[in-house]
Amino acid sequence: MASALARQAAPTGGARPGRRDAGWPGRRGVTGRRPGRRGVTRRQRVAGWGLALPFLLIFAVFMAGPVLASAAMSFTDLRSADLRDPLAVDPVGVDNYVRLLGDETLRRAAANTAWFVLLGVPLTMVLGLAAAVALDAGISRFRTFFRVGYYLPVVTSIVAVAVVWRFLLEPDSGLVNTALARLGVDGPAWLSDTRTALPSLVVMAAWRNMGFLMVVFLAGLQAIPGELHEAAAIDGCGAWARFRHVTLPLLRPTLLFGGVVTGIGYLQFFEEPFVMTGGGPLDSTLSVAFYIYQQFGFGNYSYAAAIAYVLFVAVVGLTAAQFRLMRSKT
Amino acid sequence: MPTTVRRRRGQPWVYGVLAGGLVVLVGPFVWMLLGSVKPDAEIRRTPPTWLPEAPTLDNYRHLFTELDFPAFFLNSVLVAGAVTVGNLVFCSMLGYALAKLEFPGRRVVFALVLGMLMVPGMVTFVPLFMLVSRLGLVDSYAGLILPWLASPFGVFLMRQFITGLPDDLIQAARVDGAGELRIFARVVLPLCGPALATLGILTFLSSWNNFLWPLVVAQSEDRYTLPVALALYAIGENNTRYGLLMAGSVAVIVPVLLVFVALQRHFVRGIATTGLK
Repeated sequence: MASALARQAAPTGGARPGRRDAGWPGRRGVTGRRPGRRGVTRRQRVAGWGLALPFLLIFAVFMAGPVLASAAMSFTDLRSADLRDPLAVDPVGVDNYVRLLGDETLRRAAANTAWFVLLGVPLTMVLGLAAAVALDAGISRFRTFFRVGYYLPVVTSIVAVAVVWRFLLEPDSGLVNTALARLGVDGPAWLSDTRTALPSLVVMAAWRNMGFLMVVFLAGLQAIPGELHEAAAIDGCGAWARFRHVTLPLLRPTLLFGGVVTGIGYLQFFEEPFVMTGGGPLDSTLSVAFYIYQQFGFGNYSYAAAIAYVLFVAVVGLTAAQFRLMRSKT
Repeated sequence: MPTTVRRRRGQPWVYGVLAGGLVVLVGPFVWMLLGSVKPDAEIRRTPPTWLPEAPTLDNYRHLFTELDFPAFFLNSVLVAGAVTVGNLVFCSMLGYALAKLEFPGRRVVFALVLGMLMVPGMVTFVPLFMLVSRLGLVDSYAGLILPWLASPFGVFLMRQFITGLPDDLIQAARVDGAGELRIFARVVLPLCGPALATLGILTFLSSWNNFLWPLVVAQSEDRYTLPVALALYAIGENNTRYGLLMAGSVAVIVPVLLVFVALQRHFVRGIATTGLK
């Protein structure tokens, strides 16, 4: 359809010189290479928008629209009951934002989320990096086999993961505590003890996501020229020194990417507590995203939107901070 | 690539460490598989048994007799399939336009797409649900599919890949008088095989595993997807039927596992290309 449009448009096109030989190799048909916008043809403009339009329609209705609606909602007192009678909704200014500042439960959820990120991101990154380095340097066979195995938890439904993990962590008959009992340790009731519930979820998340970082880091490691390692080895560097002074600095952009993506994901952690603990015991695994969902469930739509926007700001802030941190060290 | 330093012959202890990691990462799935063929009484025994003493397929049989498993499975296939096709079509179209066509607003569109990558799902969740219920699409396939037909990530991935294709090919096609859509369909798309494969797998998997949205939108049993059915069963009063839960989990994982193992090369390549740029 877009090409039909483009062809129709061509004869009536603007009076720009050279328009008629739009297909000539000298024309700047392809962007980015040649400077200046003079070479833009009408044909490309129509085709560009024609190809963009279907996506942009979906984007406007189901993505950008809701983002704006969420912002607008957060300054009203919209509740689920108001859906039948939209006129009952009043603007309340920043009331929702004031309210969330004094919300004890939200503060708890924010602290849990912060812990989840602060413990989970480094743990996942270290495990992923260790696996990537081992696969890259240490072995020559079975690489695909290991890679597939390590990636398996990443592609598995959280519900299925929850089923088996809840079972593994059962206080009495679970495999983890059975193994600990062999060693003479009396394992706790992992998911129903306020001290161990959140750490259990952190470990589970690291278990689930390290395969993703392994693949990302592995690609980064393989992009490092082997000559650098050889040169360092000739200069007498041991394996650790090479890792510390060659691998890590060159891997910085990849580490940054991995850290940002994992951090953004963990800031929004929701599914793990939803399927494993329901946020308990005593809100010890309640996350911000889970709290938003709860408020949605209570029908407090505008309040949920306000908290969601605070979470949004946190995600943007984390991304910016991590970029700055990594850049300043180079 | 010269690899004399890095790729020495495998050291035994590295294999040992990696194998240990593999046990931790894959072990739970093996445990699940073993549990799915044990009767409930044996699953709950303390201390647990490793291999099933009397393997049984009863748990799988119950998936069909007590639950409407084939219907959940078909719903999952239908939703994930439609979402995947939509993403392949719409994301590659915009990806090509952003990578190779000059049109006003291109930069703004790309910035919007990138910005959307940072928006937490919870920000759009509530208005999206309101929208879908206003449109009367709650508990419909359209409600399950429409909001996910295109993704900013997909556009990013396709744009990155297409940017790397040689401009000369497109120029040559223009010289030959091909229209822009024809160039897209006949020249660019056939070269996008690896990127389309990656996007297709990633989209299919994330849609298959998607949990929150179908949980909220699918309200009657004949719209449940597999994870929703499993979750409601696991959280509900039947949560002590471990064997059934294990069998259900295996059923959720196996299709994904087959797709993943068959196509894992594309997977790894795709994650690597998006990760490095």
